[in-house]
Amino acid sequence: MSTTAVPDVAVAAVDEGFWTRNRKVGLVLLALGLLAAVLFGALATGEQARFTLSEDAAGAALEVKGTVGAIVFGLIALAAGGSMLAGLPKRWFVPVLAVGLVAFVLSFLCWQVSAAPTGQNFMPLVNIVRGTFLLALPLIFGSLAGVLCERSGVVNVAIEGQLLMGAFSGALFGSISGNVWVGLLAAAIGGSLISLLLAVFSIRYLVDQVVMGIVLNLLAVGITGFLYERLMQTDAARYNSAPRFSNWEIPLLSDIPLLGPALFRGNIFLYLALLLVLVIHIALFRTRWGLRTRSVGEHPTAADTLGVRVLGLRYRNVIMAGAVAGIGGASYTLALFSFTKNMIGGKGFIALAALIFGRWSPTGALLAALFFGFADQLATYLGAINSVIPGQFLAMLPYLATILAVAGLVGRVRAPAADGKPYIKG
Amino acid sequence: MEPGEIHALLGENGAGKSTLMNVLYGLYQPDEGEILVDGKPLKLRGPSDAIAAGIGMVHQHFMLVPVFTVTENIMLGAEQVRGGIAGFLDRRRARREVAEVSERYNLRVDPDAVIEDLPVGIQQRVEIVKALTRDVDLLILDEPTAVLTPQETEELLTVMRSLKAAGKSIVFITHKLGEVKAIADRITVIRRGKTVGTASPEASRDELAALMVGRTVRLTVDKAPATPGEPVLELANLVVDDDRQVRAVDGVDLTVRAGEVLGVAGVQGNGQTELIEAIMGLRPVLAGTITLDGQRIDGWSTKKVLRAGVGYVPEDRSVDGLVKEFTVAENLVLDVYDRPPFGRGLSLRPDEIGRAARERIEQFDVRTSSAEAPVGTLSGGNQQKVIVARELSRPLKLFIAAQPTRGVDVGSIEFIHSRVVHERDAGTAVLVVSSELDEVIGLADRIAVMYRGRIIGVVGPDTPREEIGLLMAGITPDQQGGSPDVGSAAEAGPTATVDSDPAATTDADAVSGTGTPATTDRDVAATTDGVAPAAEGPGSEDEKNR
Repeated sequence: MSTTAVPDVAVAAVDEGFWTRNRKVGLVLLALGLLAAVLFGALATGEQARFTLSEDAAGAALEVKGTVGAIVFGLIALAAGGSMLAGLPKRWFVPVLAVGLVAFVLSFLCWQVSAAPTGQNFMPLVNIVRGTFLLALPLIFGSLAGVLCERSGVVNVAIEGQLLMGAFSGALFGSISGNVWVGLLAAAIGGSLISLLLAVFSIRYLVDQVVMGIVLNLLAVGITGFLYERLMQTDAARYNSAPRFSNWEIPLLSDIPLLGPALFRGNIFLYLALLLVLVIHIALFRTRWGLRTRSVGEHPTAADTLGVRVLGLRYRNVIMAGAVAGIGGASYTLALFSFTKNMIGGKGFIALAALIFGRWSPTGALLAALFFGFADQLATYLGAINSVIPGQFLAMLPYLATILAVAGLVGRVRAPAADGKPYIKG
Repeated sequence: MEPGEIHALLGENGAGKSTLMNVLYGLYQPDEGEILVDGKPLKLRGPSDAIAAGIGMVHQHFMLVPVFTVTENIMLGAEQVRGGIAGFLDRRRARREVAEVSERYNLRVDPDAVIEDLPVGIQQRVEIVKALTRDVDLLILDEPTAVLTPQETEELLTVMRSLKAAGKSIVFITHKLGEVKAIADRITVIRRGKTVGTASPEASRDELAALMVGRTVRLTVDKAPATPGEPVLELANLVVDDDRQVRAVDGVDLTVRAGEVLGVAGVQGNGQTELIEAIMGLRPVLAGTITLDGQRIDGWSTKKVLRAGVGYVPEDRSVDGLVKEFTVAENLVLDVYDRPPFGRGLSLRPDEIGRAARERIEQFDVRTSSAEAPVGTLSGGNQQKVIVARELSRPLKLFIAAQPTRGVDVGSIEFIHSRVVHERDAGTAVLVVSSELDEVIGLADRIAVMYRGRIIGVVGPDTPREEIGLLMAGITPDQQGGSPDVGSAAEAGPTATVDSDPAATTDADAVSGTGTPATTDRDVAATTDGVAPAAEGPGSEDEKNR
């Protein structure tokens, strides 16, 4: 019998249409650019908008006339959107999108800074960068906890509770012992305890992981709230006045303009967060532990048939996640404030959003956390210069961005395949 | 087991073959009894013990992480690491090892390819390489040919022979007699969890089949020639994506006429599922049209499609066909519960539902304790009969049956097949999709072969199996009758599914010439002997003569 091969015909027939995803995004960016150039341009004043490289109005600064800046940056965003609409090669999509969005934000800032009350027409970039990182810190720890947990297939909705428990135990044991390191250790243990409950109930007793996470958050609020009122408040000097980590200046690095004062005169939590991102990233993708973790999160049965102990690995990762989140919680009570009731205030959920926005990768989570931190910091800044934009709008930004991310506008978001599914042998 | 022996474990679906092997691989713990290796009892607490004892297994459903590369999958669980406690992966060494093993056994794989991009035949090869890198002496292959084309199957048999030559023992689990006879040194037949006999490969097909099912089976689909009428279902240039937004159906044109059975053959995963789901309104149609009796039905809701006179047996009954916790009676009216006489206003009428259920149970020979028993407690065959009963209880223009007899006992298969033919004779257009080639050949009046989202050919049921097999691998017969350079033809073909090993393909070709049953394995669970005699190719003719 003689045969011929079928020609591998080009993918057929469906006209995807003019409106690809990239073009739609381009159109939105175009509209934003137009809005910026026209509206921000019109509203901006002729004042110089100064972006100072220091903590106040003094020193070197980038300056641009408000109207000019708003219009020029608006036009840049418009051009970026236009080029996407015209059919940009795929690999240029992300950088051009980034340029467009940054230009839009700058146009907005030119308007805001130039329209600020006289004498306040400046934006101290050091403060902004430092504030961004500060506000992003619990998010970074929280979303790393999420990465550790969910990469091994356990959904971690309990980040909020782990952060809170960490903050509480750090404050309590730091105060009692008078030692920051004891406080830090206690925070890690506190977070792990919440995690341990999550692990036992979701791995051993197969309770729905999301439901379990929510319950644990409530439990953490309850326990810490109760102990706060009954214990801490009775003798705050003894139980709620933990020593704090002081700022460490890193030699040389702290002399870099802008980044130096913003980043390298921070406390241990800042350095730890950045270090953890790096370590977890490398560990996840380059080590045996990482390979096994990812396999257990994607296809636990396959891992099991190769002798990987699925449940053991999940226990270990979930508990480690709790420790990381616990330390994140302590970044409040061992560096900034005394413990107060429910002091995490939803940051754990934003961390969850950062995890998804960052596509379950440590570096992605870092970037997402910084973005959310920036939005937060900007809201504070706008409040300080009496902006017409209510800060609440900016506070909504993280959630809005997450919804867009999950809806697939920023590329496909794919969770680990076995995320949230309990593993039952056989 | 002897060293260097291929031992076939033969048995019907659900006979206990896979369970036995999972015990041997340490996944399940035995309730009683022990396993002896080299005369010593072996206690397996888990797969790692089994691997340490030199036992490897290729599971029926591949145990590969889809988003990992070939190398990552192979190194998992036995990672080469550097850097002490940190345990950095030594990918370079792992890749070298993969290359080495695949070289030694002639199992070509790209170490850096991502699993989800590979066709199943290659994925299986990765599984075998994975076992071999672990230095196994005993390799268990659980239903390895279920997802392969006849050509891929033939190639797998070649691989098994070379492994045997290298001194490895192989346990080959299957329910396909042809493969067993082609390769096994010794055959153990299992029925209902018990060993019922050992046989040598010289035993005849009928003997083996009888051992397997416990009685002499005569399964033929008796049917008169079809009298096709007007076209009922017409698909024009249909395009559908799968769940991952990858094109699954890529420009399909197809017509099903009243009073004929159109069988869709093809290796699983070539777009059959998506095609059917698109017709049923379960999956968006991206382009093209679906016409039922002259009326466009693409874009309709599933309910509307069903009401238009389409009956549908979904391929996975437990997920799409039945609500397991509901009673048999309730499942029998899932499609018409809101219509008289079963529903009135906002309420159901249980009496009517029960009465109709008892009638259907009688008619369709559903073996159940009562109409009120949860449908999940029934056997697979009886569950399937419930679905068939429900779908055939409406006046139909078109009846679609996807994998109608998968995991169904022999008696029920017989029954379901006769109902399908009966429906055809009543003038309904019937579309049957099955990955069991024998079933398609037995039932269909015309066979459409699907390959990579396209209908690669429509042939009559008397087309030789080998030709259909090649179609399933994406190779169309050369009308001009050119030189029989099969190897290069396959090489020029889409390399994804067609294996580009010239030797293997030529081998398959030789087989079809001589009529050796190597590629013409017959699925005993579906048919044992003489499926529609007229529908058989020369290969099968030879078989019968023997």
